[in-house]
Amino acid sequence: MTDIVVHLALLLVFPPLLLGVINKTKARWAGRVGAPFFQPYYDILKLLRKGMVLSTTTTWVFRAAPIITLSSVLAAGVLVPFGNSPAPVAFTGDFLLFAYLFGLARFFTTSAALDTGSAFEGMGAAREVTFAALTEPAMFFAFLVLAKLSGSLSLGGMLHSGGASAYPAGSVAPLVLTVLGLFIVLLAENSRIPVDDPATHLELTMIHEVMVLDHSGPLFGIIEYSSALKLFVMGSVLLGVATPWFSWNGWLDWPVFISGMLGLAVVVGTIESIMARLRMPRVPSLLIAAILLCGSAFVMLVR
Amino acid sequence: MPVNLNAIAIVLMATSGIPGLFMPRASAWGQRIATCMVCLGVLAGLTGVGIGFIHPDCTIYILPWQASRGALVGIDALSAFFMVPILVMGGLGSIYGLSYWPQKRKARTAPKLQFFWGTLMAGMSLLVIGKNAMAFLLGWEIMALSAFFLISTEDDRKECRESGLVYMIATHLGTLTLFGLFVLWRYATGSFDLVPMPAAGSSVLVVNLLFFLALVGFGLKAGIMPLHFWLPGAHAAAPSHVSAILSGVMLKMGIYGLVRMLSLLPDPPALWGGLILFLGATSGLLGVVFALAQHDLKRLLAYHSVENIGIILMGLGLAMLGRSYDRPEWILLGMAGCLLHVWNHGLFKSLLFLGAGSIMHGAHTRQIDELGGLARRMPWTATLFLVGAVAICGLPPLNGFISEFLVYVGLFRTFLQPMHAASLAIVAVPALAMIGALAVACFVKVYGTVFLGLPRTQAASRAHESQATMVIPMLVLAISCLTIGFAPGLVAPVLEQAVAAWQFHPASTVDGLALTTLVPLGALGSMVLVLLAASILPALYVWSRRTVRKDVGTWDCGYARPGPRMQYTSSSFAQSLVCLFKSILKPRTHEPDIQGYSPPPSAMASHVDEVVLDRALIPGFQSFRKRLGWFNRFQQGQIQNYIFYILAALLALLATLVPFRALLASLLVS
Repeated sequence: MTDIVVHLALLLVFPPLLLGVINKTKARWAGRVGAPFFQPYYDILKLLRKGMVLSTTTTWVFRAAPIITLSSVLAAGVLVPFGNSPAPVAFTGDFLLFAYLFGLARFFTTSAALDTGSAFEGMGAAREVTFAALTEPAMFFAFLVLAKLSGSLSLGGMLHSGGASAYPAGSVAPLVLTVLGLFIVLLAENSRIPVDDPATHLELTMIHEVMVLDHSGPLFGIIEYSSALKLFVMGSVLLGVATPWFSWNGWLDWPVFISGMLGLAVVVGTIESIMARLRMPRVPSLLIAAILLCGSAFVMLVR
Repeated sequence: MPVNLNAIAIVLMATSGIPGLFMPRASAWGQRIATCMVCLGVLAGLTGVGIGFIHPDCTIYILPWQASRGALVGIDALSAFFMVPILVMGGLGSIYGLSYWPQKRKARTAPKLQFFWGTLMAGMSLLVIGKNAMAFLLGWEIMALSAFFLISTEDDRKECRESGLVYMIATHLGTLTLFGLFVLWRYATGSFDLVPMPAAGSSVLVVNLLFFLALVGFGLKAGIMPLHFWLPGAHAAAPSHVSAILSGVMLKMGIYGLVRMLSLLPDPPALWGGLILFLGATSGLLGVVFALAQHDLKRLLAYHSVENIGIILMGLGLAMLGRSYDRPEWILLGMAGCLLHVWNHGLFKSLLFLGAGSIMHGAHTRQIDELGGLARRMPWTATLFLVGAVAICGLPPLNGFISEFLVYVGLFRTFLQPMHAASLAIVAVPALAMIGALAVACFVKVYGTVFLGLPRTQAASRAHESQATMVIPMLVLAISCLTIGFAPGLVAPVLEQAVAAWQFHPASTVDGLALTTLVPLGALGSMVLVLLAASILPALYVWSRRTVRKDVGTWDCGYARPGPRMQYTSSSFAQSLVCLFKSILKPRTHEPDIQGYSPPPSAMASHVDEVVLDRALIPGFQSFRKRLGWFNRFQQGQIQNYIFYILAALLALLATLVPFRALLASLLVS
C-alpha cells in the first residue's frame, strides 16, 4: 500500500525536477549558474494561474488535447514499475497499453496543432507523426527482447521489479543494444537534442515546441507538465532495463531509483550540451539506427 | 427456429426493393417501404442470431432441391457471428440512404440502388448460413452481382463505369477460382456439403491445392494486398453508404469464406499459417502506406480497408499456426483477434464512410485538400468521425485497440516458448507497431485537414450539417465502438463460441480455455476508468477559468493575417512520410516550368498510382492485347457467330464420346 502511495506521489510530484536538473546541467556545461532546480515547478504554477488566449479558428479539440495527453501519460505512469517496487496496475500485455497510450496522446497533440490552422504547427505535427512511425517499431523490438529474456508479458516482469532474479546469463549483449536503442527512442519521443531542441522557439526546425505555439496559460502549463511526466515515465522504463540488478529490500530502493532518474537527467543534459541538433533529413537515419539496435538485440535471441 | 427467422429476413430483404421499381419516380414511398422491409428483416435476423447464440444447436435446414443434395442452410456460432455486421450495417445504411440518396433528388438511380441493396444483403446472409457449396455460391454470386450494380449506381459517370468494370473482372476471376475450389472439393470429399474433411485419406496435393484456391478466390474479395486492385476505385466510385457496406461488410465475406474453408481442411501445415501471417503483415503495411499518399478521402479509406484486412489475416495466420503446432491458446487469441477485428472494422470503417458521405453531402467534394474547418459547420459529423478515426488507429480506449491487443498478446506468446519455427511469426509484431503509428499519421492528416483549421474553399465554408437520418446511424455505430472499447468483457463469450465453432480439428481443444483468463479484458476496461478519472480534474480546472480571450486569430509567430491558404495541407502533412516510402510509392509530380522574374500563376500536382492496377495489370493487359490482336477476327460482335462457336465447342466435346480407340482397333483388325 505504501508502495502505491509513494509511486503515485513520485509520479505526480517528481517529473518537473528532471527538467530542472537537465537545465542546470546544461548551464553548468556552458559555465553559467543556471536557473534553480525548482524553476520548472515555478513556471508551471505561474502558467496555471494565468489567463488563456484561444484562437478563433480552434475547436474543442484544441482545448481537450492537453488534458487527454496528460491523462494518458498519467495512465501510462500507473503501469510502469518504479525501481524495485511493482507497478500499481499490472496485467498481461500492459506494455501494449503503455505504448498505445502514447499513441493516443500523439493523436490529440498533433490534431490540436492542426486545429490552429498555422503552417508552423502543421509542420511540427507532420514531423512528430513521421518520427513516431520509426520509434514505434524500435520500441516493440525492445519489448520483444525484454519479453524473451524475462519470460513475462507484463512490464513488471520485464523490468524485473519486486526482487525477481536477475536476467539470465548471456543476455548482456542484447540488453546493452536494447538500452542504446531505447535511449534514442527516449530522446526522440521527448523531443530532446539531437532530434529536437526544446530551448528554441522561433525556428522552422522544431517538433514538439512548435506544435504547442498557440497554447497559453493553464493549457500550456498542462502541456509542460505532461512532457516532464512523459520523460519521467519513459525514463523509468529505460532505467528498469539498464539497471535490472539492484534488489535491496525496503526503503532504500526509492532513493536508489530517484538518484538513478537524476543521473539519467544529467546524461540527457550532457548530451544536449556537447551535441548539436541533427539536420531534419538526418533524423530518420538516427531513428532507423534505433530500430537496428533493438532489432539486432532481438536477432541475438532468435536461435 | 433461428434458421426460420433468418430465412424470413432474407426473403424480406431480397424483395424490399421490388415495390419501389413499380412506383412512380416522384413518389418517395418506394424508398420508405424498402427501408421498412429491410429494418423488419434486420430485426427478424438479429433475433434469429441471438437465439442462435443462446442455443447453438446448429439447425440444418434441408430443402427439397435436387442440386443441393441434402443440407442447404444452417446456423452455427461462426455464421451467426458474421451475420451480425451484415444485419446491423444493412439496416443502418438503409436508413442513412433515406437522406443521402433520396428518391426526390436521385429519381433515376434510387429505385435501382434500393433493389440491389436488398439483394446484396440477402446474398450475403445466404452465403453466411450456406452449409453447402451450391447455397454458398448462389449467395456469393447474388452478392457479387448486386455489388457491381451498386458500384455503378451513377452509370452516367465514366469513373463509375470503369471502376464497376474492374470490379466485375476481379470478382469473376474470384468466382472462377471458387468454381475450381468447389469442383475439387467435390472430387476430394464426394459431396458439395461443407462439412469437415476427414483427415485420413486426403492427399497432400489436393489439400494444398484447395488451400491455395481458397486463398486466391476469397483473397480477391477480401482485398489481400496484391489482389486488392479493384478495391480503391470501386469504393471511391460507389455512393458512400454503399462504400460503407462494401468495405465494412462485403470484404469480410472473403474473410468468412477463407475462415470457413480453413476450418474444414484437416491438418494444416505450418506453411499456411506462416503465409497468411506474411500476407497479413504485407497488406497491413502497404495498405496504410498507400493510404497516406491519397488525396481523395474515399480512396484513402479504401486503402485503410486493405490495412485492416491485413490485421485480420495476422490473427487468422496465428490461429492456423496454433492448429499446426497444437497450441490452443494461440488458436483462441489469434482467432478471437481476427473475428473481433472483423466486427470492429465493420463498425468503424462503416462509421468513417458514412462520415465521408456526410462530408460530401455537406461540402460537395471529397478532395481532402479542398476541405477544412468543417468541425464548426458540422459538429455531429466531426465528433462521430473523430470516434471512428481514433478507433481505426487502434488506440485505447476504443474497440480497435482490443482486437489488436488480442493479436499482439497471441504473437508475443509464440515467442515465449522454447524457440521453434513458429517463433518467426514474431516479426509481425514490429510490423503491427509500425502500422499503428502510420495509421495515426494518416488519420491525423484526415481529421486535421478536413475538420480542423480554416475552410480552404468556398464549398467548405458553406458546408451544412446532415439530417438526423444520416446522423443517427453514425451515432449508433460510434456508440458500438465505444461500448466494445470500454467493456470488452461483453464480447468475450460470443468470441469464445465463434472460435469453438471454427475449431473442428482436433475436436474443440479450445473448450477448456477462457478468453478472460488469457487476456485481462477486465483490466483493460478499468484502465479506461483511470483515463477518465485522470482527466476530470484538469478539465474542470481549465473550464472554470474565467480569464479567457476568444476573439483573436492564431498567433502563428506573429503573422498579421494568417489565411486559409497558409495552412498545412494534407499533402504537405504526409510529404515527409511519402518521401520515406518513396521507393514503394513512386509518387509522380507534375511540376510547372517556372521562368523569368515574374512568372504567371502556375500549378503543381502529385499523385500516386495504384500499385497493382496501374503499374502491372493495365500495362500487362495492353501488351497482351497488342500481341493477340489477330484473335480479333473471331470477335466480330455478331451474336450468330458466338452461338456458332458454342455449338462448335459442344460438338467437339461430344466428339470425345466417340470410341475412337475401339473404332481404330476395329479398323486395324479388320
